[in-house]
Amino acid sequence: MDSYADLVAADDVLLFVNAAITSTGQREFHGSAGAQTLSLDFLHDYMLGNYRDLYAGVLALDINDHNVAIIARRLLETAGEATAGQRRDEGRLIAARLATLPPQRVYKLFDALRRARVNNRRTRAVMRDWLAARPDLAFDAVKYRGALKRALRHAHLLPPGTELGDFLFGRPSRAHFATPLLETWRRAHHEKAALYDLPFTVAEQFAARHGVPRAVFLERIAPRMTRLETLRVQASARRHGADEVRADLARMPLTRLASYVLSLPVEDRLRRREELTGALESAAARVAGPLRGSWGKVTAVLDDSFSARGSDEKRRRPLAVALAAHHLLAALADDYTGLWTSGRGDALLVRPYGPTPLGRRILDALETAPSRLVIVSDGWDNAPPGLAAEVLRVWRTRLDPARRTAVVHLNPVYDAGGYDVRRLAPSVPTAGVRDAEDLPALVELAQFAEGRTGLAELTAYLDARAAGLTAGGPAGGRHDDRA
Amino acid sequence: MTALDLTGLRTRPAQVWGAVRLVPLVRDEPVGDLRLSARLYGDAAGLVDLGRGSSYFSYVPHGFVATWTRDGSPAAAYGTRLSAGHDCAPADVMPLRVHHRTARREAKERLRFLPLHLALEGYLALHFGGPTVAWEEWSRQAVRRGLSPRVEQAYTGARVSGLADALRVFEIHPGQCGLLLYVADTLAAAFAVPHPDDYRALHPTLVEDLYGELVHHYALLMPPVPDFRARVPDAGIHDLAGLRAAAAEQEAAWAEFHDVTMAAGLLEETYTWRTVHRLGRFTLSRFLPAFRPRRENHIGEAVTDGEGRVVYLKTFRLSESQVRRGHLLSRLADHDWHLARTAAALGVTEAQLGLRLENAGFGHLLRQDVLDRYRRQERVGGG
Repeated sequence: MDSYADLVAADDVLLFVNAAITSTGQREFHGSAGAQTLSLDFLHDYMLGNYRDLYAGVLALDINDHNVAIIARRLLETAGEATAGQRRDEGRLIAARLATLPPQRVYKLFDALRRARVNNRRTRAVMRDWLAARPDLAFDAVKYRGALKRALRHAHLLPPGTELGDFLFGRPSRAHFATPLLETWRRAHHEKAALYDLPFTVAEQFAARHGVPRAVFLERIAPRMTRLETLRVQASARRHGADEVRADLARMPLTRLASYVLSLPVEDRLRRREELTGALESAAARVAGPLRGSWGKVTAVLDDSFSARGSDEKRRRPLAVALAAHHLLAALADDYTGLWTSGRGDALLVRPYGPTPLGRRILDALETAPSRLVIVSDGWDNAPPGLAAEVLRVWRTRLDPARRTAVVHLNPVYDAGGYDVRRLAPSVPTAGVRDAEDLPALVELAQFAEGRTGLAELTAYLDARAAGLTAGGPAGGRHDDRA
Repeated sequence: MTALDLTGLRTRPAQVWGAVRLVPLVRDEPVGDLRLSARLYGDAAGLVDLGRGSSYFSYVPHGFVATWTRDGSPAAAYGTRLSAGHDCAPADVMPLRVHHRTARREAKERLRFLPLHLALEGYLALHFGGPTVAWEEWSRQAVRRGLSPRVEQAYTGARVSGLADALRVFEIHPGQCGLLLYVADTLAAAFAVPHPDDYRALHPTLVEDLYGELVHHYALLMPPVPDFRARVPDAGIHDLAGLRAAAAEQEAAWAEFHDVTMAAGLLEETYTWRTVHRLGRFTLSRFLPAFRPRRENHIGEAVTDGEGRVVYLKTFRLSESQVRRGHLLSRLADHDWHLARTAAALGVTEAQLGLRLENAGFGHLLRQDVLDRYRRQERVGGG
């Protein structure tokens, strides 16, 4: 039997995990960026102060990159307060987790550590190991020149070989580099043709310096762009007349793809219906993998109310998560029904509009007698307010006490005022969600939120995930699918 | 003297943000042959020319353009462009725009009017002429120039704390044609338009409207209001159909509660109407309340159709002191501005009425020596 303190601890950890999954310190539909950052900072302080081990353990879960960086920074900043054993475990977890982060995030973290004047032995070791594991440091030196330079200087490291040191720390008059990429970079200063062998962001600067027309530049640099760069630039490239820049939708991660589809005007979506639907379905099938068709009869209630438009910083994020979840659940279930709150039937044409009659839609969903009901919503149930909670409560207590239907609520928005994602009803587990790809793992995590499992199980779960992470397995098993 | 007829507009569940509660009104059948659109005037002080040589200055953030058809066929909203084709004023001088009258015919079937200005003008001009009979107590200024200059205060929506955010996060219902705005659960303003598309276009203009002192203070001082959350009784529900019926009952109960209790101050009062313009089968008019102190009093303007149903509505909640002023002026006018008779009708002494007039800001209407006498009487009488 868990003590009261243990129950509180389990509760706190779940609350923190929800925040760490959803909040990126950016503006949301209902809350400002300032409120989000303030609220998130408080949670980090609270967790670090009270449950240092659990706080570090959260690194092994599918929390978002923003929070991974914050946790790593906080742990390294306060390394002096930890025991030797804790420091060893934390170091291992941080190293393993940083390996899964995109490099620009890690360089940003190193910069933050430098600004905070954190330069303990643990920090230097983490930086040394991460840089040593980079597949091509010359590439980093070109693409993240300033950041790499500052990181090396901060950690007192010597770059391998003589050339890299010269490249980063001066002697620009050097006549020749033996490393091909560095040599290309040198030539790009005076030779237009050379810049097309550089990474896109670096080449863009040289193109501007040489006055290369945008259309010509985009046309020729297209093969060097990353997936996300292509996705981001392709609309403006088409306006410039560079048709070579075309994102390969078939390889795009699911939620990212959903965001892209929602950014298109309705006419484009109608015209490209087959292509877009096909891409979404194949992305969902990739995520579902071996679980495909194993979830039985599933009904989803998906929120496409006006608040799903997110903010200028997170455009249509909640709606994109709902659309991605729609396709993923269709792949996971063998009998699937998706119900949008607006009552629209065509998932490809959804747009954020109207109120949130969640209660009514949940009633419609329960009528299909599913074995699993998944609700994807920001939890602002307002037409009428509180009906969803009442429907779920009465359903659980009077109509389905035997729990034939498992209900889970996934919430893509962090509510800064409540220090958690908004819940619908006490009887329904709520979990934060950032990428729909995490959905299977989150449904697993949400079982803890039902309050039937205690701290011991939660700690065991975190330890198992941490062991998986440090043993080399990817966190969440989906990082191959990232950009 | 008739009440507002909001037939055709259904109440939907409210949305709450801080101390602001927004109650959407939905039209099942939109009115197709009258359309409204907004026209932004920018940061220009406006001089409203009332004709007949009189005019007043005002800041008018936007105007509405009503377009209608004679045969009942659908009309298109006209000129929803931002800053419709007006020449830009030089940047270094304060632009001044002359609005020719508050309602002006722009084309044969198009009328431009300034929202709330009809209503406010109606209130400001209430018995503006001053004493109709030159009883000796009234000052020479009162007899010669009436109530001029007449001053009232209001706040723009942007100054009402929390209102801009509440309007931003409000989720517009499909078919929504109106909104009732409550601050700390007192009705602050009512707004209704003929067509959902007009509503979507005009929803953001609510933050540029004028709101009374009461609304401003309540928004600043009052704590957040709670949601009226749905409650479904456990007993007697045995299947999903029963649950669904209970849910529908909750929605109906809310609409009933709102219309009968929350909006009673607006809907159950009777108003004095004055027609301003005829637009085909529609009538643009303004209305004044009965000015009963310590009650809700709304002034406003409305477009009604042939049967008197409201097609367009905009109201302004008067503050308590504004109601008192209106009340005093109407009572005085009822008794031909005779102080003793008015005082008797109000059940107070003449001196008390005089001091009430002074407290209401109308001291300059009474002769100084008369006012001094009232003060002395009150001092002696009050002991």
